[in-house]
Amino acid sequence: MTDMIIRSIEIAAPVEKVWDALMDYKKFGEWFRVKLDQPFELGKPSTGHMTYPGYEDFAWTARIVAIDPMTRFAYEWPATGGDKALMKSSVPEWTLVEFILEPLPDGTKITVTESGFDKVPEPRRSNVLRSNSGGWTQQMENIRTYAER
Amino acid sequence: MPSADLTTPASPPAPAALFAALGDTTRLALIQRLSGGAGQSISRLGEGLPMSRQAIRKHLSVLEDAGLVGARASGREMLYALRREPIEQARACLDDIAQQWDVLLQRLKLEVEQKE
Repeated sequence: MTDMIIRSIEIAAPVEKVWDALMDYKKFGEWFRVKLDQPFELGKPSTGHMTYPGYEDFAWTARIVAIDPMTRFAYEWPATGGDKALMKSSVPEWTLVEFILEPLPDGTKITVTESGFDKVPEPRRSNVLRSNSGGWTQQMENIRTYAER
Repeated sequence: MPSADLTTPASPPAPAALFAALGDTTRLALIQRLSGGAGQSISRLGEGLPMSRQAIRKHLSVLEDAGLVGARASGREMLYALRREPIEQARACLDDIAQQWDVLLQRLKLEVEQKE
């Protein structure tokens, strides 16, 4: 599949813990840097705004499409590409984000896939996600500093 | 129809169009056949494929419109060849988004393990 991204990482914690970090909307907000207005609920919209410094006025919008406990969490979000006018009016193209959890002997493997980019026109496409979180290079640095401390 | 010149694309192709053009088994097969490098004729490209010259031509024109393939006249035939940059552009685009997810997953990992 050319229009799909698949990334995964192994986490040294049990599935329950990882699932909780995904499902608890406050915990999700901590690592995703988003302030969510309500808990995730299947079939319901999720709203909020980014908390990354300088991007607080960037909206978060998603539709929750799957909550399979300990296994799979999925949502769709609009490919607004950082265009604030589009964030208000929404866009026709939404990409699908899925988190899949698998238990490992000493932890959990989490895989994220994002798909549906083929229908998103440029230049929004290149900006998807990046604009939602902003300052990625800086964030990489933050993580490195944090991890090496 | 786009320019038939291999060196000048009609317009910079949008990745969205690229992905749509690539999302077809026949076209992927054609891309594979073209990946050898040298320009190839329709009859050569169609060898062993269960479809008409006309159908091959249609698929090639989709690839051309997306900027993935260029055509030039050689005597009485048209020769088709792959263009590299749009494919690389599409890959760079996905790589970029993938890298952002790597960052998020790293942060999730740190967050969860820290509280273990």
